[in-house]
Amino acid sequence: MTSLFLLQLLNGVQLGILLFLIAAGLTLVFGIMDFVNLAHGVIYMVGAYLVVSLSAWTGSYGWGLLLVLPATLLIGLLAEALIFRRLYDRPHLDQVLATFGLVMIVTELVEIIWGTSPLLVTAPDALSGSIPLMGPLRYPVFRLVVIGAGLLTAVGLWLVITRTRIGMRLRAGASNRAMVAALGVDIGRLFTVIFAFGAMLAGFAGALVAPILSVDPGMGESVLILAFVVIVIGGIGSVKGAFAGALLVGLVDTLGRSFGPIVLRSVMEPSAAAQTGRVLAPMLVYLLMAAILAARPQGLFGARP
Amino acid sequence: MIRALRQRRVAATLLFLAFALLPIIAAAAGDPYLVIVATRILAFAIAALALDLILGYGGMVSFGHAAYLGIGAYSVAILSGAGVTDLGAHLAAAVVAGALFALLTGAISLRTRGIYFIMITLAFAQMAYFFFVSLSAYGGDDGVTLAARSTVLGRDWLRDDRVLYYTALALLVGLYLLCVAITGSRFGRVLTGTRENPVRMEAVGFTPFRYQLTAFVISGAMTAVAGVMLANQASYVSPAFMNWHRSGELVVMVVLGGIGNLLGAIAGATLALLLEEWLAVLTDHWPLIFGTLLILVVMFSRDGLTGLFRGRRG
Repeated sequence: MTSLFLLQLLNGVQLGILLFLIAAGLTLVFGIMDFVNLAHGVIYMVGAYLVVSLSAWTGSYGWGLLLVLPATLLIGLLAEALIFRRLYDRPHLDQVLATFGLVMIVTELVEIIWGTSPLLVTAPDALSGSIPLMGPLRYPVFRLVVIGAGLLTAVGLWLVITRTRIGMRLRAGASNRAMVAALGVDIGRLFTVIFAFGAMLAGFAGALVAPILSVDPGMGESVLILAFVVIVIGGIGSVKGAFAGALLVGLVDTLGRSFGPIVLRSVMEPSAAAQTGRVLAPMLVYLLMAAILAARPQGLFGARP
Repeated sequence: MIRALRQRRVAATLLFLAFALLPIIAAAAGDPYLVIVATRILAFAIAALALDLILGYGGMVSFGHAAYLGIGAYSVAILSGAGVTDLGAHLAAAVVAGALFALLTGAISLRTRGIYFIMITLAFAQMAYFFFVSLSAYGGDDGVTLAARSTVLGRDWLRDDRVLYYTALALLVGLYLLCVAITGSRFGRVLTGTRENPVRMEAVGFTPFRYQLTAFVISGAMTAVAGVMLANQASYVSPAFMNWHRSGELVVMVVLGGIGNLLGAIAGATLALLLEEWLAVLTDHWPLIFGTLLILVVMFSRDGLTGLFRGRRG
């Protein structure tokens, strides 16, 4: 029981880290530009597909992963220059529709290029084993690497945001865009940087988990909406909130799925508990979101409601 | 203003007349499939109309309206499975369930606005989606095929495609008139006021939240009615009805037709579905074209298709 808990705890942290990588860029785009971007999930998906192809091309997952970073950065820059830049001063509705159109286009393009059946990419041999964790319990090395890489990225992001000039502008932009623009900061260029960087983080996340998950055209959507939940919980524009929200959502989702039925069994008969648990578990994160919103409409770390 | 309303009345009469004549034209053309497609269009037109009520008049961008389509559709599946096949019962159950879901999620979502509201309605719709996916008694992910269409007064009149079509049309016309009455009433004007300037409305002494929530609930219940018709049209119900792409398509329909004039939503639904049908015949990769068109329309027109036709207003 304890070992199962530890195992699921690690899985939950891993999902949380993944969600953080996606939500971090998204929350800044939402917060600073007040811009709704539905197309963030497809960049995560494109990252995963690219790592499959690039790994096959270079013959190594590591090189594939490294190449995905500039590739998704470039995609982000292109999308920003061609579409997003023209929509900043438009109503949310227009932004929703245009990025929704982009989702349709990219998803279809991915299906044309890579097909609809799930693809696999294998982790490098050095990272494919498992290490003993506690007693007989073992945990895959690669999943630990994912957690480590995600945490490193989070620390790096924190350093950039709190210690550098661009981070300072970014924080200023998140709290008062008009004032920052009036002080002579080119807010448009700042946003281009943030947007492309967010796209790169999402692509990195997709490439990072490609060996664990199956790579298929639907993978971006579930993650996108979970990232929305993370952002709503954490508060729009707050990277700290995104980190807390992501871990919370990852843990609640993972632990709810494995322990929900077990907890319910103490108050219900086993078959009913299993049934109810199966129905309730996927809804847990949304209920969590509803509860947090009811208490704090602006999210845990958000400034504006 | 008066002239615009009169114009809308003429346009509505013409549009509904065209819909009423469609089965006769389809019979003359020897193409019964047309009626089935048109029934689907009518169902989506009801949903788009409901969405326009809150989107166009209340300024609430709900990106989760497909959830209500699913709730309506599953009302048919669940009641039929329990042996209740009456259309009236299905509609009543759908309206109650849709209104309840809208009341609960709306009360939370409306505490926020802007981006938050969009994301939260989307998240709640996804919650409903997962609920039905994990409902293994009704097929889970695969959905469930209906044994028969709903019955009216114990008779299986709706088995005839044309009767189903006219039932859907009657519902659409009735709900359209209801929406015209709502938007023309004091309630409707307060709602429009909250869209324009909630702070000022509050200063005048209204509580925007109450009006918005009421409109949200009405819209949810109406969309559930569309779900009932959609389930009958397809004779099949699955969580795919409430996929978030569906929600997006509903918003697209409303915007394509031009928001905030009710008739535009109906025209938009017709146009979007016809375009889909046509593009799907043309190529398997129709979302590519549809998505591109969508981006172009958004970039170059601010008022939807009616805006394109009408030209820019000052």
